[in-house]
Amino acid sequence: MIKSNKMVEYVRSMKRIGGITFLLFLIILVTAIINPQFISSYNIRNILRWTGLFGLLSLGAAFVVITGGIDLSIGSVVGLIGSIAAYLMVHAQWPVWMVLIFIILLSATIGLIHGLLITKIHMQAFVVTLCGLFVYRGLARYLMDDRTQGYGTGFQNVRFLAGGRLPSAFWPAGQAPKFIQNWSIPMPFLLLIAIAVLMAIVLNKTIYGQHLKATGRNECASRFSGIHTDNVLIIAYVISSTLAGLGGLLFSLDLNTVQPSSMGNMYELYAIAGCVVGGVSLRGGDGSILGVILGTAIVRVLYNAINVAGVSTQLEQVVLGLVILIGVAADEVVRMIAAQRKVRESMILAQKALEKSKQTES
Amino acid sequence: MVNELPEKYVLQVRNISKSFPGVRALNDVSFNLKVGETLALVGENGAGKSTMMKILAGVYVPDAGEIIIEGNAVSIGSVERATQFGVALVHQELNLCDNLSIAGNVFLGREPRRPHFKKIIDFDKMNKDAAEVLKKVGLNTNPSKILKELPISAQQLVEISKALSIHAKVVMFDEPTSSLSEHETEQLFNVIKDLNSHGISCIYISHRLGEVKDVADRVIVLRDGKLSGSLDKDEINRDRMIRLMVGRDIEKMYEKRHLVTDKVRLQLEDLIVPKQARFPVNLAVKGGEIVVLSGLIGAGRSELLHTIFGVDKSWGGKILLDGKEVTINKPIDAIRAGMVLVPEDRKLNGLVVNLEVDNNIALPGLCDNLSNRGFIDKKKVIELADTMVKKLDIRLFKTTQLAESLSGGNQQKVVLAKWLAMNPTLLLLDEPTRGIDVGAKAEIYKLLEDLAQLGVAILVASSELQEVLGIADRIVVMCEGRITGELDPASCSEEDIMKLATERLK
Repeated sequence: MIKSNKMVEYVRSMKRIGGITFLLFLIILVTAIINPQFISSYNIRNILRWTGLFGLLSLGAAFVVITGGIDLSIGSVVGLIGSIAAYLMVHAQWPVWMVLIFIILLSATIGLIHGLLITKIHMQAFVVTLCGLFVYRGLARYLMDDRTQGYGTGFQNVRFLAGGRLPSAFWPAGQAPKFIQNWSIPMPFLLLIAIAVLMAIVLNKTIYGQHLKATGRNECASRFSGIHTDNVLIIAYVISSTLAGLGGLLFSLDLNTVQPSSMGNMYELYAIAGCVVGGVSLRGGDGSILGVILGTAIVRVLYNAINVAGVSTQLEQVVLGLVILIGVAADEVVRMIAAQRKVRESMILAQKALEKSKQTES
Repeated sequence: MVNELPEKYVLQVRNISKSFPGVRALNDVSFNLKVGETLALVGENGAGKSTMMKILAGVYVPDAGEIIIEGNAVSIGSVERATQFGVALVHQELNLCDNLSIAGNVFLGREPRRPHFKKIIDFDKMNKDAAEVLKKVGLNTNPSKILKELPISAQQLVEISKALSIHAKVVMFDEPTSSLSEHETEQLFNVIKDLNSHGISCIYISHRLGEVKDVADRVIVLRDGKLSGSLDKDEINRDRMIRLMVGRDIEKMYEKRHLVTDKVRLQLEDLIVPKQARFPVNLAVKGGEIVVLSGLIGAGRSELLHTIFGVDKSWGGKILLDGKEVTINKPIDAIRAGMVLVPEDRKLNGLVVNLEVDNNIALPGLCDNLSNRGFIDKKKVIELADTMVKKLDIRLFKTTQLAESLSGGNQQKVVLAKWLAMNPTLLLLDEPTRGIDVGAKAEIYKLLEDLAQLGVAILVASSELQEVLGIADRIVVMCEGRITGELDPASCSEEDIMKLATERLK
C-alpha cells in the first residue's frame, strides 16, 4: 500500500519535470531542424559547459528562493571573486590551493553578512542583496583598478577545471579515439552534476533540507516547532554566495580575460530565470534540484539556439524573455484548463448520481 | 485546596499576572488542572484566554506568579522548554507547512535521525512513528502524503498528532472547532476523551458555549483578565457561563421583528459555481428576508457567495436582481448593483489590517462618492467613518487607529461598517460571527434584524446551528455543492439540519 502510494507521488512530482524536459527537447528539435550544426558535438559540448557554469549559480539561487528570499548579488560576486582569483594567482603569485581556500572563505563571508542582515536586522533580502550588487561590482573595479585580469597561457592545471574534458584527458593530447574526443564531457558540467547530487541529498534527505522547505513555506510554524529559522536562512545565503564565488572562479578560468566592470553582469537574473523555468516558486517552499538543472539548460540552449538559428543577436534577450514568459504562462493555463475540465466531468458524474438516487428512491 | 496532594494536579497556575503596554491582560489568575481532565477556559474576546495559553506554551513570560508542573515550580519562557515540560498548544490558525508530508509536519523540528549519519532524516522511522500517533487521533492516512492534499479537518488532526508526538501531558486547544463542521467536532471530542482516558489533560478554549458542556469536566471563566468563576461538570450551562463572562444576562440573543416582503430581491437560476460545486444552484431571497445557508465545511456555501458577488466568475446560469438579469464578472459589478459581501476571513479578505479604521471604512466608496477628480475627499472620509462608528457602536480610541489593534468583534463591525456605508439592498455574509464574543454576536444579530426591517435582503452562510436557527427566516442546507433541502426554523431541529447537511451522494 505504502509502496504504491510512493509510486503515485513519485509520478506526480515527475509530471512537472516531464513538462520541462519536453520543452527542452522541443527547443533542441526545432533548432536542429533549422540548423543541423546545433547538434554537432562541438556545439553540444559548448552548451554543456555553459550549463555547468550557470547551473552552479542557479543551484545557489534555488536555495535562497526556496526560503522565499532572493539573491541579486550573484553576478557581482562572480565578477569580484573572478577578478580576485586571477589577480591573486597571476600578480600576487599565491599558490593555487591558498587562492581556492581564500575565495571560498571570502564568498561564504559575503553570504554570511547577507544572512545576518536579513535575519538579525530584519532587512528585506531584496534590499540587502541589491546593495551587495552595487558594492561588490564597485569593489571589483576599484581593487583591480578597472584593469582586465587574465591567466595568459599558464595555470593549465587549474584551468582544466573550467576548460578540460573527461574522459579524453586520460589520453595524451590529441591521441584519444575520435568518438571519445568528440563526446567527452566538459569539466564544469561534471562539477555541476557532482554538486547537484550533493545538493539533492541536502534538500531531500537531511534535517537542514526539511527545515529549509518548512521555513520557506511557513516561517511562523517552523519557529513554533523549535526550528532555528534564522540559521536556516543564513545558511541558504551562505550556500548561494559560495556557489556564486565558485562559479566566479570557474568563469574567470574559462574566459581567461576578466573585465571587473562587466564580468558576471546580469548573471543573477539568469540564475533566477533558471530556477523559475525549473519550477522553483518565488513564493517559497517548492523546488527540485533536477528542475533547476533542466531550467538552466533551457535558458542556455535557448541562448545558443538563437545564435545558431540565425536570429539577430540584438533580439536574443527579447526571444529569451518571451520564451520564458510563454512557457510559464502556458504551464498556468494548462493547469487552469485541467482544473475546469475536471470540475465539468465531476458535474456530469454528480448529475448522474443524483438521477440514480432519485430512481432508486421511487 | 492547599491541603490536596500536589500529585493529583499535572499543572497548577498560581497568581499569574501579565501586562502589555496599556493593558492588564491577566490579573492574579490561579487555577489547577487535574490529571486526565478537560478544563474549558471561556471568556469574551480580550478576557485574557489567549494570553494565558501563550504563557503556558512559552511564548510569553509572565510578570508575576508561579507555574507548577507535576509538583515542581518551573519557568517555561520558550517554546522548546514548554515542549520539554510536556505542554503543547494546538493553534487556532493551523500552524503547519502544507508542502511537507504529514509525518514531516508531525515531527517538524524533531525529525528522527539515521543512526550513523546524524544529519540525515530517517524517513522510514519518521513515517512509522507518525502512523502510530495518527492512529491515536483516528486518522488513517499514509503519513508520507503531502499535507496540501488533506481536508482542513484532517489537517487539524495532524496538528493534534504533533502535540501528542512530544508525549504531552497537557494539550491546549485554542478554538479548535472554529473551522470544523458539527460531525468533525464530534470526532475531535472523541479524540479528547480518549486523551483523557490515557491520563493526558486538556485545556480547551472556545467561543461555542454549546460544545463546552459536551467536552469539559470543569469550566473556568475569565473576565477582563481576572478569574470570574469556575463551574463543575453538573453546573455547566449556557446562561451561567454567559453571566460569568459578561457580568450580566444577555436578554435575548435573537429577536425577530422584521417582516418578509413579497418582492424577490435575488434570484439564482441554474447558477454554476466554478471550482468546487458540482450542481447548478436555484435560490431566491426576498426583500426583508434572512436566508441562512447551512452545511458542513466544504459544502460549497462560501463558493456560492463568492460566485454571486463576482469574486469567482460563474460558469453559467443567471443572476437576477429585482427580476432583471445582471452580468456580474467582478465584485465592482456586484457592488454597483447594490450588493455587498462580508467575507469569511476578516483579517485576510475583510480588512486591510494595517490600515486605519477610517480608511478601511472608506475603501469601497472611494471611486464613487468619497473622491473628487481622483483625489480623496478627506473630509467626507472622516465624516463617513464617524457616522458609521457611531451607528455600529464600534469601540475604539480614534478612527485613525489601525484596524489590527481592535478586538475581533470590533474588527468585524468595521467590516460591516465598510459595506453598510454602501447602502446595500442585498447583504451577503459569510460566517459573520466566527471567533467573536457573545456580546458582539448579539449586537451583530440586532444589526441584521434592523437591516431586515428596512427591507434589505440578507443571505448568510453560517456553521453555528444555534445561530442558524436563531436568525433565519428560511434555512437552505447544502451538501457537496448541492442544495439538499429547505427548512423552516420554527419547526425544525438541529438534527434535521444535520441530516440534510450530510445527504451525500454515493
